[in-house]
Amino acid sequence: MTSATDIEKKSPLAGLSESGAYQKLLAFASLIALLIGFSIASPNFMQTSNMIAILQATSVNGVLAVAATLVIITGGIDLSVGTLMTFCAVIAGVVLTYLGMPLLIGVIAAIAAGAFCGLCSGTFVAKMKIPPFIATLGMMLILKGLSLVISGTRPIYFNDTPGFDQISRGSLIGEVFPALPIPNGVLILFLVAISASYILGRTVLGRYTFALGSNEEAVRLSGVNTDMWKMRIYALAGAICGIAGILIASRLNSAQPALGLGYELEAIAAVVIGGTSLSGGRGTILGTLIGALIMAVLTNGLRVLSVAQEWQTVVTGAIIILAVYADMARRRKSG
Amino acid sequence: MTKLVEMTGIEKHFPGVHALKAVQFDLVPGEVHALMGENGAGKSTLMKILSGIYQRDGGTLRINGQEASPTSPREAQDLGIGIIHQELSLMNDLTVAQNIFIGREPRKRFGRLDDAQLNAQTAEIFASMNLALDPKVPVGNLTIAKQQMVEIAKALSYRSRVLIMDEPTAALNDAEIAELFVIIRRLKAEGVGIVYISHKMDELKQIADRVTVMRDGEYVGTVDAAETPISRIIAMMVGREVTEEPLDVPDLTGAETSLEVSNLSRGHDIRDVSFSVQKGEILGFAGLMGAGRTEVARAIFGADPKDSGDIRVHGQPVRIRSPRDAVRAGIGYLSEDRKHFGLATGMNVRDNIALASMDLFTQTGGVLNDADMASNARDYISRLGIRTPSDMQEVRLLSGGNQQKVVIAKWLLRDCDILIFDEPTRGIDVGAKSEIYKLLEDLAEQGKTIIVISSELPEIMRLSHRIAVMCEGRLTGILPGGKNTTQEDIMHLATQRAAAMQVTGTEQ
Repeated sequence: MTSATDIEKKSPLAGLSESGAYQKLLAFASLIALLIGFSIASPNFMQTSNMIAILQATSVNGVLAVAATLVIITGGIDLSVGTLMTFCAVIAGVVLTYLGMPLLIGVIAAIAAGAFCGLCSGTFVAKMKIPPFIATLGMMLILKGLSLVISGTRPIYFNDTPGFDQISRGSLIGEVFPALPIPNGVLILFLVAISASYILGRTVLGRYTFALGSNEEAVRLSGVNTDMWKMRIYALAGAICGIAGILIASRLNSAQPALGLGYELEAIAAVVIGGTSLSGGRGTILGTLIGALIMAVLTNGLRVLSVAQEWQTVVTGAIIILAVYADMARRRKSG
Repeated sequence: MTKLVEMTGIEKHFPGVHALKAVQFDLVPGEVHALMGENGAGKSTLMKILSGIYQRDGGTLRINGQEASPTSPREAQDLGIGIIHQELSLMNDLTVAQNIFIGREPRKRFGRLDDAQLNAQTAEIFASMNLALDPKVPVGNLTIAKQQMVEIAKALSYRSRVLIMDEPTAALNDAEIAELFVIIRRLKAEGVGIVYISHKMDELKQIADRVTVMRDGEYVGTVDAAETPISRIIAMMVGREVTEEPLDVPDLTGAETSLEVSNLSRGHDIRDVSFSVQKGEILGFAGLMGAGRTEVARAIFGADPKDSGDIRVHGQPVRIRSPRDAVRAGIGYLSEDRKHFGLATGMNVRDNIALASMDLFTQTGGVLNDADMASNARDYISRLGIRTPSDMQEVRLLSGGNQQKVVIAKWLLRDCDILIFDEPTRGIDVGAKSEIYKLLEDLAEQGKTIIVISSELPEIMRLSHRIAVMCEGRLTGILPGGKNTTQEDIMHLATQRAAAMQVTGTEQ
């Protein structure tokens, strides 16, 4: 009977379960292909310094994309990651430059502000039942406005806080292995990614993240406090945005209040290229990381080839559509 | 007479499985030909080949005597084959007429829509079906039965000579089924051939002319519906005779009262319902669709709010305001709609079994003990006989019966001793049904308290130690289980409507 049962159900769907892995593989292959392609096209591309520049460029978007991945796996979306990042950078500026607090306090304040704002979005979504798109759209505008209000629309510089720029630009790895001056920002990206991966794969919070995206009502009817877990996930995503805020502020050695808008879409693009399903329940941090790298390689490679900035954007858009199409086409074929 | 459809030696392979093995099927004008078989027997695959969704690997398909190989549903439609899916595919916000003519709306010049023409053509189709329905009503306002009529009208509007109906009565009540059968008989009289897929045996006798049975992707046989006893058809489906074990009502005098519900009310759905269940008892809830049985279950479980009512568990009053409270009190609810309310179908068996008990596997720092989860899942897989290749199998790939067992395992692991089963065997095939029945009886014997809600009277009578009957939100009576209660007794209570005076007096 088992074999009979499997006939109709299993066969057309068998491939689907691996499609996430497939897309990740596809994304990884595309990344390698891009690297090879650009290396052939320009000898300047495959230089250690350029590779490090690509990694550095990935760090902020990568961290934001990790945050977006968490929310997207629950079946939600977070449009506020970009302006939240800026808001957290401004908070760090206020605490460090205006209040003259020690470096560590500034970092903690930025991450805490991120977690709090994430918790707010989570509350709007979970408790007030506002669709995530709308809730985080509102949050995006609120935070953009608040960043400008708090900073008085002027950038806040961190010149009085020695070592702040080293958070992103310094290189702990470079001190140990002088041949590999990988900046700390990249190190932080990988630490964030590994932690998020661990949380998703090995903890209750992670398991509920997937369960919520897979079937929220069934989880609720299993006696789980779905609202609370959802709020925790949004708060965690917010805290990660806080880390991104520190990274970008450190890299620019200033908090630029007008920055941030548009970053959320780049982050979501990286998530999607990495094979995470926008309908929730499926996704990996590794995929997102590869997605973020693809975008950075593309931007960098096109710049090395002296393609105009405007065209870089066009190509990025096309890549997103292609990436998702490849996944869909494969699903259709197997379904 | 030319056969509408003639399929012989149909073969279909999917990667790794031989889904159809030399299957034959034919349909003549003006007949209802039932296609029976357990889930996975190959019925849907065969019908998908006929309706152009799949292509056959071997064999011949003749439509109206002409060899045909439809490669898309559109092509099949042009050949006169219409299919009405189990899940209706209508757009709720569009009107009846807009739904029927979606994609081929009558137009005036410059691409403007001709609504008058649209509604007139729809009215014409309804007239031919002798159906009183306003073409301008949004589909979302109609009952499921009426929506089904709209689907049929849509299929007919393509001048279909063959209609494939996949479990058309799954969501209908008795009155609506009668309504559907009237339409089917009228279509028959006009020479339309109907392929009728259903799990409900009693319907066969009412509506089908011939029955073809499939099992494990193979053709078993075709018999005359009127002359063949149901037990024979079931035997063909499962490959053996299913014997009904007599119900053994245990003596529960002195057993603890584990759940006591008093004066439960919510609006018009639940009106002052009171009952109690003992440890080791199976209490059946019978009633027609919309009698309020599911509503009572969901209110007890905290899934929906209630206006008033007290619940005592093991003699202690409990406040239940969310499913979480209910689960803490030891109450588990198994919904009729497992896919939406019971399982995270994209996740594996292991996670689904642990879904209500994650705290058992949580170590410091919120880290999960996966090894422990796995051994628990495997334990339940063997105890309940869940047929799955491994505990890592995604739940959506399991059959209905095995999915139901996964949900049962979820609640047993959570240590729930009061289990409410809402339509426990819906969508589960005949062979697996008796297995689920056996499981429920074992659970009761082990001292669990079981409530079973079912629309199938034979199921209620097969299982219940006592039978609670509801009608229009009220509990109209509780009957003893066993031989002395007849289906007529239950139906009498199920249709015992309140006098109009009473209703306005107590409820408004």
